[in-house]
Amino acid sequence: MAQILVKEVLTPQIKLMVVEAPRVAKKAKPGQFVVIRFHEQGERIPLTIADYDPDAGTVTIIFQEVGKSTLHLGEMEEGDEILDFVGPLGREIEERQFGHVVCVGGGVGIAPIYPKARALSMLGNRVTSIIGARTADLIFWEREMRSVSDELHVTTDDGTYGEKGFVTQVLERVVKEEQVDLVVAVGPLIMMKMVSLLTKKFSIPTLVSLNPIMVDGTGMCGCCRGTVNKECKFTCVDGPVFDGHQVDYDELMARQRTYLDEEQRAMEIWRMKKVEEEPTRVTR
Amino acid sequence: MSQDKFKGRPKMPQRPVRERIRDFDEVPTGLEEWAAVEEARRCLQCKRPLCMRGCPVEIDIPAFIALIAEGKFDQAVQKMKEKNSLPAICGRVCPQEEQCERECVLGKKGEPIAVGYIERFIADYERDRGVRTPSRSSPNGKKIAVIGAGPAGLTCAGDLAKMGYGVTLFEAFHAPGGVLVYGIPEFRLPKSIVFGEVDYVRSLGVELELSTVIGRSVTVDDLAEEGFGAFFIGTGAGLPYFMELPGENMNGIYSANEFLTRSNLMKGYRFPEYDTPIKIGRRVAVIGGGNVAMDSARTAVRLGADEVCLVYRRTKNEMPARVEEVERAEEEGINCIILTNPVRFLGNQNGWVTGIECIEMELGEPDESGRRRPVPIEGSEYVIPIDTVVVAIGQGPNPLLLETMPDLTLNRRGYIETDPETGATSRRGMFAGGDIVTGAATGISAMGAGKQAARSIDRFFQDPDTFPQWR
Repeated sequence: MAQILVKEVLTPQIKLMVVEAPRVAKKAKPGQFVVIRFHEQGERIPLTIADYDPDAGTVTIIFQEVGKSTLHLGEMEEGDEILDFVGPLGREIEERQFGHVVCVGGGVGIAPIYPKARALSMLGNRVTSIIGARTADLIFWEREMRSVSDELHVTTDDGTYGEKGFVTQVLERVVKEEQVDLVVAVGPLIMMKMVSLLTKKFSIPTLVSLNPIMVDGTGMCGCCRGTVNKECKFTCVDGPVFDGHQVDYDELMARQRTYLDEEQRAMEIWRMKKVEEEPTRVTR
Repeated sequence: MSQDKFKGRPKMPQRPVRERIRDFDEVPTGLEEWAAVEEARRCLQCKRPLCMRGCPVEIDIPAFIALIAEGKFDQAVQKMKEKNSLPAICGRVCPQEEQCERECVLGKKGEPIAVGYIERFIADYERDRGVRTPSRSSPNGKKIAVIGAGPAGLTCAGDLAKMGYGVTLFEAFHAPGGVLVYGIPEFRLPKSIVFGEVDYVRSLGVELELSTVIGRSVTVDDLAEEGFGAFFIGTGAGLPYFMELPGENMNGIYSANEFLTRSNLMKGYRFPEYDTPIKIGRRVAVIGGGNVAMDSARTAVRLGADEVCLVYRRTKNEMPARVEEVERAEEEGINCIILTNPVRFLGNQNGWVTGIECIEMELGEPDESGRRRPVPIEGSEYVIPIDTVVVAIGQGPNPLLLETMPDLTLNRRGYIETDPETGATSRRGMFAGGDIVTGAATGISAMGAGKQAARSIDRFFQDPDTFPQWR
């Protein structure tokens, strides 16, 4: 059991929770994740560790409400207990002096890019960060990102905030203008694919962090497998961070859609239940 | 009279096929009291009982059978529990035909005593009347960490607690039971039985820490600092093997571990009441011939597949699954496609599997396992159209914990090396047993290893100086 100590609504769909989990906080490293389950009939979902404080014994998670489970989680409040909070899982990102590092965070991927940018910055790397989302409402942690970056760029697809366009167009400008020694990208698969295609052209080493569907998160089931450098890899134990140039993104994108029908069905049932729970809103 | 003893072994009553394939409830229903007593009376009560030699946990089989023959069920339970804390499980999933029953003298000329059926009867008798907490030694203040709450860990923890040790049982999953819970389906081993046995182990004083991944959340070194004086590793064989064939990462292809975990542990068969989905197509192929393959195929039937087949590269004679399980699978309409091996998986443009290209095989010379080696017949490739595939070709050692202990000696396949006499590993104070030592085997052999390790750990604490160092 892990108690929710703080809950913040970062954007209408993105929520932050600071959770009491001393064992996880003590061992967490940038790049790692937790698997959580928050009610008896619940599924096990992986969430990246956005921040951690070993002294306070807390771990911060950030999630976007995209399906039934995340909507349900989003309804939990401070003081509530998360039934299972397992971690830290996965391998940490290699922390060393690379030189000039560009950190790219897309959508809710801004959360996992933050601890990586911070760790790389603290080791003396020069950090340029690019964060982007579909629209202004989905941008969060701009201040946090700025505090760990030498330079920060913000983009939105629709131009409602920052520069109009995709993170890749800023990235292209940066790599053309400056020497870049490493790119770290976390976000939707299509974004990581586009980033990797771009950096491959410029021969810049690139790390991406994958977030596939998982069950156990300890290498037992192979649900999170994908092809990396022509080999079958399990994201939960071999990753989640991989060489972006070696990842088969198309295969991962197909796998991500495995339960699309079931997810939709669960969402509909959830919404109907919500309507029933608020009888005042129902007109007969 | 004595001639009659060679005959008359009861049949296990089971639910009719048409009824049972619609739900996940248990298939065999257990012997009636009179049938169990009658079967117990058939026992010859050998002076030198061979059956006991076949039992990995050394149950005094003739003694508990004699008590049942006399109708002394409570005493029979006690006799059983002297050696076996988990009889309701063993009575259901032990391969008795390869153990006690194979050794039974009656079996030489006729039918062996149905030890497994009687064991299940007496365990269920006790459960129906409420399990009693046995006496245990007073706490001796020594702390032991048992890693993995499967059959090996549960047995080891239970035995140590009885001796007075303070045992903490760590489990990575959110439920105890290991493979008994995530792997074996409800219709073969109801989870309430496993949790009942876990409750019994907890009633002995064992502390259970769930959702704790040793090696990640906390390391063995951390636990040593916290005052744990000895360790038992019973983490099982939790690394699914894939066939490494083209197209294997397509949608609709599961490892048996994932398929069974989704259905059993996560209750995917009750989606959307439970959140975890499981995808089942009209036509399902399960690749493999072991008990896990049978469990997967029978699960697929219950999840609503129209056609389920098993694809196995040798013949039915070589299938590692229990004969009883193969029979039940066939009764349920599962088609065994033997002497056939997948070559690659075919799919559609959305990345979903649509077929398996297979090649026909023939049996050649015996290999190192003693079974005749299957050899592909050139040019015999053909396609089996399929919507869902479950790969059930075995498991290996999960390296997650082992990687954090470089001082632990592993064999070349990645399993832990232990002293066969004691279960001790190369690291002092650390013991191991079950599938993480032997590779995927049976629950009962894991229980045997847990039992042996508990005894050794006690010896290790009594006199650490004379305890033999392994390697």
